[in-house]
Amino acid sequence: MTAPLLSVRGLRKRFGGLVATDGVNLDVRDGEIHALIGPNGAGKTTLITQLFGELTHDEGAILLEGEEIGGLTTVQRVRRGLGRTFQINQLLPDFTMLDNVALAVQAQEGHSFRFFANARRDESLRTRARQHLATAGLSHRAEVKVADLSHGEQKQLEFAIALACEPRLLLLDEPMAGLGHAESEQMVAMLSALKGRVTMLLVEHDMDAVFALADRISVLVYGRVIATGTAEEIRDNPEVRTAYLGEGDA
Amino acid sequence: MTLVLEQLLNGLQFGVMLFLLAAGLTLIFGIMGVINLAHGSLYMVGAYASAFAAAQTGSVWLALLAGLAGAAIAGMVVEIVVLRRLYARNHLDQVLATFALILIFNQGVTILFGRQPLFVSVPPALNGSVQLLPGLTYPVYRLAIIAVGLLVALGLYLLINRTRIGMLVRAGATHREMVRALGVDIRLLYTAVFGLGALLAGLAGLMAGPILAVQVGMGEQILIMTFVVVVIGGVGSIRGAFFGALIVGLVDTSLRAFMPGLLRHVMTGPEADALGAGLASMGIYLLMAIVLLVRPKGLFPAHV
Amino acid sequence: MSDGTTTDEALNPAASAAPAYGRSLALLALAIVLIALPFTVQAIGQPALVPLATRVLIYAIAAASLNLALGFGGMVSFGHAAFFGIGGYVVGILYRTMTDDGLFLGFIPGTDQLLITLPAALLVGGLFACIIGALSLRTSGVQFIMITLAFAQMLFFLFVSLKAYGGDDGMTIRRRNALFSLNTRDDITFYFICLFVAALVFLVLWRIVGSRFGMVLAGIRQNERRMAAIGIAPYRYKLAAFVISGMGTGLAGALMANYLRFVSPDMLHWTKSGELMIMVILGGVGTLLGPLLGAAALVVLETVLTGWTEHWQLVLGPILLLVVLFTQGGLNGLLGRLGLGRSAP
Repeated sequence: MTAPLLSVRGLRKRFGGLVATDGVNLDVRDGEIHALIGPNGAGKTTLITQLFGELTHDEGAILLEGEEIGGLTTVQRVRRGLGRTFQINQLLPDFTMLDNVALAVQAQEGHSFRFFANARRDESLRTRARQHLATAGLSHRAEVKVADLSHGEQKQLEFAIALACEPRLLLLDEPMAGLGHAESEQMVAMLSALKGRVTMLLVEHDMDAVFALADRISVLVYGRVIATGTAEEIRDNPEVRTAYLGEGDA
Repeated sequence: MTLVLEQLLNGLQFGVMLFLLAAGLTLIFGIMGVINLAHGSLYMVGAYASAFAAAQTGSVWLALLAGLAGAAIAGMVVEIVVLRRLYARNHLDQVLATFALILIFNQGVTILFGRQPLFVSVPPALNGSVQLLPGLTYPVYRLAIIAVGLLVALGLYLLINRTRIGMLVRAGATHREMVRALGVDIRLLYTAVFGLGALLAGLAGLMAGPILAVQVGMGEQILIMTFVVVVIGGVGSIRGAFFGALIVGLVDTSLRAFMPGLLRHVMTGPEADALGAGLASMGIYLLMAIVLLVRPKGLFPAHV
Repeated sequence: MSDGTTTDEALNPAASAAPAYGRSLALLALAIVLIALPFTVQAIGQPALVPLATRVLIYAIAAASLNLALGFGGMVSFGHAAFFGIGGYVVGILYRTMTDDGLFLGFIPGTDQLLITLPAALLVGGLFACIIGALSLRTSGVQFIMITLAFAQMLFFLFVSLKAYGGDDGMTIRRRNALFSLNTRDDITFYFICLFVAALVFLVLWRIVGSRFGMVLAGIRQNERRMAAIGIAPYRYKLAAFVISGMGTGLAGALMANYLRFVSPDMLHWTKSGELMIMVILGGVGTLLGPLLGAAALVVLETVLTGWTEHWQLVLGPILLLVVLFTQGGLNGLLGRLGLGRSAP
């Protein structure tokens, strides 16, 4: 078996007396969709935030393709191929959809100390941005300002921006949260279409989506991964049933 | 040696004055998230109200009361009429609106009292000097200022850490909705906090009266130094305001006292005095730059 | 180009309807008005309006430069008077060095050539902006405001203490800097020099705002966390914008020193920083031509009000307060909403 794309070893994070991440071990294999589930307050977003370098961990190692990235800044990790979407949308509200994505495309081309040419007329940026919008099913809304978008569209835009960064590993923090039924199905179809091309670590509460998409699932409870396996293995795992389903939170 | 001690006391006295202003400023910022440039104007209002009452009645107590009440009332009116609308705004709007308040306060006071500085005499009971050490006599009034400042610091500490109001104040800073859900009228709380900040600024202003000239513009001069204090101490932290104020007070006073003398060793008298005064004025800003390099969030960052 | 984002609102009215066309027309009209202005006011017998318009142009350069940091980059600098004053002192010190036939700092000869003093002011303004910005940008929010204010105050005290250059009283520059064989003393000539520089500055700012750099800057203003997540570290870009902003403001200061033939620490006073910010907000934050409008509004307001009362600031205060509290987007936005043409969301 090849080495995992992402390997987390003994990750620990305390906030005062509260242990938010308690020795997490987690492997994400190249090409898979790996779902991370767990009851509210299990520390899923906190874990993602540490993987992405927005929060520093206290102990442990984060290896991307076997290289330690735990000491790097967010920007450096993005350069190494990490991408994420946010549960609470982090968009540029004064910009159009297209601007948001084009800026992400631009960011992948190295520095932006170019002061003269009009970036909005730069077809190389715009064309690629439109392609990513098309992938996310947003082409018809490209020129709409983010502030005027629906919540569902903003979620999809989060995803399009993350794609534009062409990550090796995409961390998805509840991409279905707050979406209607139809929108959720659309998102599932989108993720499923990208399966194999982009490796994903998916935090999600929508169990239908998780079981439909995930190759493997890890269950996080009180900051610990208590089980990892295929959908069937997780469904049948007694520990998971008591810890997770027992709380009636699924 | 006595000269050094005397300057240390001067620095302490200046430090506690800065603390009175910085405490209000940092409290208001920490809780309401508002940067209030007009805080210096409240200091000026306290000084003028007190000087005016003293001149009219001759009573020290009425002067004290007028200074405190004047500043507190001005502060609360300002909060209700203007500041309240700015809590949800960005810092730029806050800066410009409170800058506008400065213009209004300064011109208003100019119209009422003219441009001539007012001079206030030291209250008779605090007149004179006292011998602290052989060869070191020090004005009673300045000692009184130090005592008042330290008492206020203690009082604020107790208020914030030991009382229900303090708890609300701390909770209000981080969990606005929660406090509101508990049935506390947060608007009243904000007005009260603002009034307290204004009261402290007024206290500083009225105590400054007999030492400095009471004049238009006095507020801005000390306001900018107060900013330095707040930045050095850590925005939003009362403890930071206290230590920051003492550090700035001591550094500024000693530089002013000793810099020209040191320079006189290397250049002629008048030039040394001018350059020394200039360098001394710059000293605290350099100190701030150094603190920023080492601790960008200040020496005592607030926990919130 | 039909995106109605703030970055090019000033030049891009009401999104789709009549975009590039109406915009060019409006700019052309503005250019004609500005070029015809000195001749018109002379024709109607008000030659004193030429210096007034010159002041508007100079402040417009400073305010537009500040606006790059403040409006487009979201950096609320309360210390831009420092760069304005430094630009002025570059002119003053170079002139003084020339008349004294000495060397500044032991190796810089003096000059009164505008073609040297203006670039020098630009560079020195940028240098100071680089130092102050590098330190101040380690913080953000309210600390940034306080720190920029404090650094400006520090430089204010420095110039107050420099007795060799007039200290508190400032120093006079007996003649305006020379440019070719033009008579810079002549008000109309100097007006056109300022107009030329202003046009250049606005052109450069317009290009910057629309460039890749400008997009990144606008992105940083809107959401730094998002920018980090797409792999852009904000600090360098903010610093670069701050430096460019300081350069433009220094340039304006150099023109002002020439205009007044006088520099003093007053140019660095913190209230000057406040005035520049007022111009930006009066005109409309984050719009390209807003600062011109704001500068005109403040200079005219001051001139008119001082004619009525020495307490003109008592009128300015409430006006400013009303603008901040009740208009979004300053005069530019107000005009837009009243349907008087240009721009605004």
